Amino acid sequence: MNTMQAENLIKQYGVGETTVTAVRGISFGMEEGDFVAIMGESGSGKSTLLTMLGALNTPTEGRYLVDDIDVYALGSEQRAEFRREFLGFVFQSFYLIPYLSLIENAMLPLATVRMSAKDKRSMAQAALDRVGLADKATRLPNQISGGEQERAAIARAIVNEPPILLADEPTGNLDTKTSQEIMRLFQGLNREGVTIVMVTHSLDAAEYADRFLRISDGLLIEDERHVKTYGMPGEQQYQEHKPMAGLGRI
Amino acid sequence: MTLRTIALCNLKRRKAKAAFVLVGLLVGISSVVAFVSLVDALTMDINHKLEKYGANILVLPKMENLSLTYGGLSLGGFSFDMQEIRQKDLQKIETIENAGNVAAVGPMVLGPLQIRGRNVLLAGVDFEVSSYLRPWWNVQGELPMGQGVLAGSEAARILGIRQGDRFGINDRELLVTGILEPTGSQDDQILFASLTLAQSILGKEGRISMAEVAALCAGCPIEEMVRQISGVLPGAKVMAIKQVVEGRMETLSHLRKVVYGLSGLVMAVGALVVLVTMMGSVRERTSEFGIFRAIGYKKSQMMQIVLFEASIISVLAGVLGYILGLGGTRLAIPFFTESHHVPLHFDPMLAGGVLALALVLGLVSSTYPALQAARMDPNEALRAL
Repeated sequence: MNTMQAENLIKQYGVGETTVTAVRGISFGMEEGDFVAIMGESGSGKSTLLTMLGALNTPTEGRYLVDDIDVYALGSEQRAEFRREFLGFVFQSFYLIPYLSLIENAMLPLATVRMSAKDKRSMAQAALDRVGLADKATRLPNQISGGEQERAAIARAIVNEPPILLADEPTGNLDTKTSQEIMRLFQGLNREGVTIVMVTHSLDAAEYADRFLRISDGLLIEDERHVKTYGMPGEQQYQEHKPMAGLGRI
Repeated sequence: MTLRTIALCNLKRRKAKAAFVLVGLLVGISSVVAFVSLVDALTMDINHKLEKYGANILVLPKMENLSLTYGGLSLGGFSFDMQEIRQKDLQKIETIENAGNVAAVGPMVLGPLQIRGRNVLLAGVDFEVSSYLRPWWNVQGELPMGQGVLAGSEAARILGIRQGDRFGINDRELLVTGILEPTGSQDDQILFASLTLAQSILGKEGRISMAEVAALCAGCPIEEMVRQISGVLPGAKVMAIKQVVEGRMETLSHLRKVVYGLSGLVMAVGALVVLVTMMGSVRERTSEFGIFRAIGYKKSQMMQIVLFEASIISVLAGVLGYILGLGGTRLAIPFFTESHHVPLHFDPMLAGGVLALALVLGLVSSTYPALQAARMDPNEALRAL
C-alpha cells in the first residue's frame, strides 16, 4: 500500500523582493494504483510540484507523506534511499547516459544495490522486454529513435519495480503515434499496480489518466477523477466523472 | 553494473578528457622519476669516481702523544715509541654491521731504514689493494714482488737509486722494481715494500703501524662505520677523513634539494591540470550526476565514481610515468656525465613510490571535483539544462 499525501505544499524561489512563488499551497492525496495527470499552462508550477513529489525539491512549507514517511523530514542521504526504493523517474529529455548501452542504462538504479551481476542484467533485460526493446539492449542511446529512448528511460525507471512512477512531459518530444505507444505503456504499468503521476500539456496523453489535476498560477484549480474500464489502448470508456471535492484546493 | 562500471565506461567514452588528465599526471610523475633516477645514477657515478680518491678511514694505534707534524713538516726531532696493532685484528673489520660498505682494507707497517748513509722511511703495504687505496699511483717499472721495493720519486732522487738498482739491508739484497711518479704527497719520500718483507726487515712480524680503509659508497654511514670499527678494535684509534665524505654528501644534498624542489613544482602543476580538467568534466556531466542523484545515488557513491575514474588514470600515469621517466633519464645521462656505463636499474622502491605518489596526487586533486559532484542538487542539476 503506497498512499501519497501532499499537505499545503508551497515552493518559493529567491529571497526578498525577488521571491517567486511557484507553488502556493497545494494539497491532495493519492491512493496506490492511481494514474494522475497534472496539467496546466507553462509556468503554472506543475513541474515544481512534480519535483517536490519526487523528493528532489524541498518545499518552502508543507508536508509530503508517502505511507507514513514524512519525505522532507528525511536527511539528504535518506531521501536518496527513498527515491531509489519508492520512485521511478521519466524525464522529457530522457537523460539517458550517452556512453552506456540501453541495458546498462536500465541497470543504473541497480548499480548501488548488492546483487549479483547476473541478476541485475536479468532484471534490466526484463525491463527492456517490458518496453519492447529486448533486441536493442546493446545499442547506445544515439543509435535508437526518440520513442525508443523514451522507452529506455521508462525501462530504467521501472527496473527496480518502484511503486510510484513520476513522468515529466513524457510525450513532449514525441510524435503522435509514438506518444500513444508510450501512453499505452504507462497504462499497462498502471494496470499492474504502479501509481503514476504525469505532468503533461497534452490532452491526448492526459486522457490515459484516471485523474486530472489542473494547476494555474501555483494553485490547484481542478481535481477530477474518471472511473474507467480498460479497453484496448486508446479506447478507454469513461463511466463516471466526478470531482474529488475536499482533497484539493479548488 | 556497478559504480566502477560507470566510471570505466565514462573513461572509455571521454578518451580526450581522460588523456588530458593522464598527460597532466604523466608529466609530473615522469619528471619526478627522471629527476630522482638521474640523481641516483649520478650519485652512483660520483661515488664510483670518488672511490678513486682512496681511503677515507684511518685505523691507528692509540697514542697519548700529540703530533708535531703538519703538512709533511716535522717540528723538532721528537720521536716516540710507536705502538702497533696486531695484523690479525684487522680481520675483525669484516664483522662490523656495515662490512658490506668496506671496499678495501690496507694494512701498513712503518719503520726507519738507513740506506747509503741516509735515513728513509720504509712502508710495508699490501700491493693487491693499492689500486683501491692509492689509485693515483703511476709506477715507472713494476710493483715489487718478493725482495723488491718501490721508491717514491723524492726518495729515489735523494738516495740516488733507479729502477733495477740493488742495495743491501740486513744481509738482504733488495731490488728496486719501480719508481713512483711524483704524487705531491708523503708517498714521494718513502720506500715501499710488500707487507711481509717490510715486517721482516723491521722485525715487526704480525704487527702493523696503521691501516687504511676505503669505504666510499652510496649513503655510506661513515661516522657509524667509524664507531663500529672502534667497537671491534678497542685498542685502536679510528678516524674518518671527513672532508672528502662531507664534501661529497653536501654536494649530493644540494643536488637532491634542487631535484625535490623541481619535482614538487612539476607535481603541483600536474595536480592543477588534474583539478581543472576533472572540474570541467564534472560540470560537463551535470545532467548525468543529476540523474544519478535522482535515481537514488548517495553523495558518497557519487564521489566514488569520480575518485575511481581518477584512480584508474593515476595508476596508469604511475606505470607509464615510471617507464617514461627512466627512458628520459637514459637519454639525459650523457648530458650530465662523461661516464659511458652509468648504471640505471629497475628500482622497486622508486616504482612503488611513484605509483603511490601518482595515486595520492590524482585522488587529492580530484577530491574537490568529486565533492562538487556529490553536492550537486539533483533538481538544480536537471533544471540547469
